[in-house]
Amino acid sequence: MTPATQPSILARFRLGYAGFALHVDLSLPGRGVTALYGPSGSGKTTLLRCIAGLERSPDAHLQVNGEVWQDGARFLPTHRRPLGYVFQEASLFPHLDVRRNLEYGMRRVPARERRVSLEQAIELLGIGHLLARRPDRLSGGERQRVGIARALAVSPRLLLMDEPLAALDLARRQEILPYLERLHDELEIPVLYVSHAPDEVTRLADHLVVLEAGRVVAAGALGDTLARLDLPIRLGEDAGVVLEACVLEQDPVWGLARVAFTGGSLWVRDAGHALGQAVRVRILARDVSLTLTRHEGTSILNILPARLEDMAEDGHPAQVLARLSVAGSPLLARLTRRSVHALGLHAGMPVHAQIKAVALIG
Amino acid sequence: MPFPRLLAPLLLMLSMSVQAEEVSVAVAANFTAPMQKITTEFEKDTGHKVQLAFGATGKFYAQIRNGAPFQMLLSADDETPAKLEREGLTLAGSRFTYAVGSLVLWSAQPGYVDADGTVLRQGGFKKIALANPRLAPYGKAAMEVLAALGLADTLAPRFVQGENITQTFQFVSTGNAELGFVALSQVMQEGRIRTGSAWRVPDRLHTPIRQDAVILATGRDNAAATALARYLQGEKARAIIRAFGYQI
Amino acid sequence: MELSAADLAAIRLTLELASITTLLLLVLGTPLAWWLARTRSRWKGPVAAVVALPLVLPPTVIGFYLLVSLGPNGYGGQLTQALGLGLLPFTFAGLVVASIIYSLPFVVQPLQNAFAALGDRPLEVAATLRASPLDTFFTVILPLARPGYLTATVLGFAHTVGEFGVVLMIGGNIPGQTRVVSVQIYDHVEAMEYAQAHGLALSMVVFSFLVLWALYHFNPQGGRRG
Repeated sequence: MTPATQPSILARFRLGYAGFALHVDLSLPGRGVTALYGPSGSGKTTLLRCIAGLERSPDAHLQVNGEVWQDGARFLPTHRRPLGYVFQEASLFPHLDVRRNLEYGMRRVPARERRVSLEQAIELLGIGHLLARRPDRLSGGERQRVGIARALAVSPRLLLMDEPLAALDLARRQEILPYLERLHDELEIPVLYVSHAPDEVTRLADHLVVLEAGRVVAAGALGDTLARLDLPIRLGEDAGVVLEACVLEQDPVWGLARVAFTGGSLWVRDAGHALGQAVRVRILARDVSLTLTRHEGTSILNILPARLEDMAEDGHPAQVLARLSVAGSPLLARLTRRSVHALGLHAGMPVHAQIKAVALIG
Repeated sequence: MPFPRLLAPLLLMLSMSVQAEEVSVAVAANFTAPMQKITTEFEKDTGHKVQLAFGATGKFYAQIRNGAPFQMLLSADDETPAKLEREGLTLAGSRFTYAVGSLVLWSAQPGYVDADGTVLRQGGFKKIALANPRLAPYGKAAMEVLAALGLADTLAPRFVQGENITQTFQFVSTGNAELGFVALSQVMQEGRIRTGSAWRVPDRLHTPIRQDAVILATGRDNAAATALARYLQGEKARAIIRAFGYQI
Repeated sequence: MELSAADLAAIRLTLELASITTLLLLVLGTPLAWWLARTRSRWKGPVAAVVALPLVLPPTVIGFYLLVSLGPNGYGGQLTQALGLGLLPFTFAGLVVASIIYSLPFVVQPLQNAFAALGDRPLEVAATLRASPLDTFFTVILPLARPGYLTATVLGFAHTVGEFGVVLMIGGNIPGQTRVVSVQIYDHVEAMEYAQAHGLALSMVVFSFLVLWALYHFNPQGGRRG
C-alpha cells in the first residue's frame, strides 16, 4: 500500500491527566485499516476515545472525510458522529437478544443513510444462527462477532475498533480474524484498529501509527513503517516486514507456491490461493541471515540478492538489526555483532539474504 | 428503723450507701417538668435515688403488664392505676391522687381566645386541636366540655387530634391549629399564662382530670418507693405541683 | 377477626398514600439518584448526606420539624400559602409530602446503587449506536436498572405503609384523610383494644407479605453478563 494521496482524517488532540498526556497531530488515510499500535499506557485507546467523542479533549481538531467533528468550541456529541465502535469486551446489551442488539443502532440511523444492511452485517460476521439468543448464551468469540456486526449495522463512515480480540484466547482470535479480513476486503469503510499484537497489525493493517507515552513515534504505510530501523526495538521478537505479493505459480508436486513481490519472488507453502491472487507475506528479522556469496548445498529455499542499506542497535548489545533492499523492497535481518565484524559488513554492500521462514498472511 | 430518721439529714447522707435505695418510676409525659423538680428535692431530702421514665400512660400499662422494671407509676389518668390494681399488679392500698389537671382552651395568638371562650361559638377557625379522647384524659375532658356547650357535632369536622396532650400542644403552638384544648400546666409559668391567649375552662364542664399514682407490686419492699409516695403527698411537693398549673 | 369500617377506611387510605408516595418518589428519585451516581461535583457528599438524614432522625422529630416548617409561621407553610395550596399539615397532601421526605433514602439509595453498578460502558455503547442520552436512559438504563427499581419500589412502599411517627405528628388523626393504619393500630393499642389492634396488624402484615412476595416472585433475575 502506498500512503494515501490525500489525508482524510485529521486528528489533533491535547489531553492531560495526572501522570499521562496525549499529544498527537495526525493525518490518516480515509480508507483502509490503520492500526494504532503501542504498549499499554501509550494512549492508543485514549486517542480512539477522543475520536469517538467519548473523551473530551479541550484543545482539539478532528475532521473526518471533510466533516468537522470537533474544533474549538464545536463538539459533536458521540451519538451524532457517524461512527461505529467496537469495544474490547463486546459490551452487548444484556437485556436484548442478538437481533435486537443489532437493530438497536441501525434503527437510529435514518433510512437514507443506511448503506450496510442488517443481512449484510449478519452474513459478513456469520451470526445468522445466533439471532434469537441472549448475550449470556454466546461464547466470547460469538459475542465479539455480534459486537462488530452491531457496529457495522449503523453504516459507519469510520469504524473504530479498540483491541477487539484482546479479551479472547488464541483459538477465538483465529476464529474472528478471517471475518475482520473480510471487512477489510469487502467494505469501503475506513477502520482505526487499536492493537498491541503485532500479528494482528501485520495481518490487517494497511497503515501503521506507533504510539508511545501519548505521542506518535511513527506513522506511515505498513510496509515502510515496519522496515524502519528505529521501530523494531519496540516490536522485539516480532520485528520484521510485510510485503504485498501475488501468487505467480503453483508446484503441486512439492505443495509449494511462488509469490512475486516488487523486486523478487519467494517460495511459500501452497495455501490454496488462486493464481494471481493478492497475498501478504510476513518475514521476521530473526528468520533472515546474510551470506556474502550465494551458498549452494543449503536447505534454505529462498535466497535473494540484496543490498545492505543500514544497520542499527537492537534490543541486546550482542545484536544488530540490518535493513536490506531487495530491488526496492525492504527486508530486515537480525544479526550478531560478531558476525557483522567477521564478515566485514557495512552499508552499501551487496549480500545474499537467506530467508528461513515466510508466513503467508491472508 | 427509727434511729437514722431521728438524726439530721447529714447523718443520713453519710449512711446513704447502706440505707438509700433506688426506685424506678414511670411518669405520665404531662407531668415531666414538675416531677423533675420534685425528684431533685426528694433526692436531696432523703438520699434515695429516683430513676424517671416519661411516656404515654397506655404504653406504660402494656409494659408493666409485660414485666417492665418499674416500681411506681404516676399515671395521666385515674383509670389505669385502678385497672392495674384490679389485676393485682399493685401494692394494695397504695393508690392516691397526686394531681388534678386543669383544661384550658388556648391559642398561640394573643387576643384570639377570649376570657369566656365565646370564640368556640363564633367559629372563625379552620382547625381546633384536642387530644384523642379515646386515649388521653384531657381529650376526654375536652369532648365533655364541647358536649356540654352543644358544640361537639358542629365542630367535629374541624378536629385535629393529637395522640397525647403534648402533641396537641405542638399543633396549637406551631399555629397549625388556631386553637385547642391543652393542659393548663403546658401554658402556665409562675402562675400566669406564658404566651398567647387562653380560656380557663370551668371545672364544672367536665369530670375532674385526676392523675393517680400507685406503687406497683414490684415496689413492695422498696423503701424509696414508699418514701416517694409519701413525699408526693407532702406540702412541699404539692406547692411545686400547683405552681405548674395543677390542682391538688 | 373482622375489621370495622374505620379500620377498612384506614387500610384504603394507607394503600392510597403508599402508592402515590412510591410513584412520586420513583419519579423524583430517579434524576436525584442518577445525579448522585454520576456526578463528580463536590456537592455530591453534602447532597447524599441530606438524602440519608431521614434515616438518622427519629420519625417524630422529622414530623415535628415538618409541622413547624409547614405551619403558618414556617417558610414551607408561607410558600404553600403563597402558591394558593393552603397549609399542608392535617391534609392528605401533607402526608404525601411528609412521606416523600421520610422515605426518600429508601428509594434513592437502591436506585443510586443500581445506576452506579451499571458503570459508563452501557452509556458509551448506546452513544456509539446513535442513542441520545434521554433515549439511552429509557432504552438501556431503565431496563438494566430494573432490579434497583424493584428494590426501591418495595422499600418505598413498605416504608410508607409502616410510617407512623411522622404521620402522627402532622396528620392530626382525621378519619379518611390522615388516619392511616399504623395510627389506627396505635390507637387501638393505646386504648387497650388489643383484639382490634391484633386483627388490623395481622391483616396488614399478611397483606404486605403477599405484596412483597408477589413483587419478588415476578422479578426473575435477568442475566447480567454481556
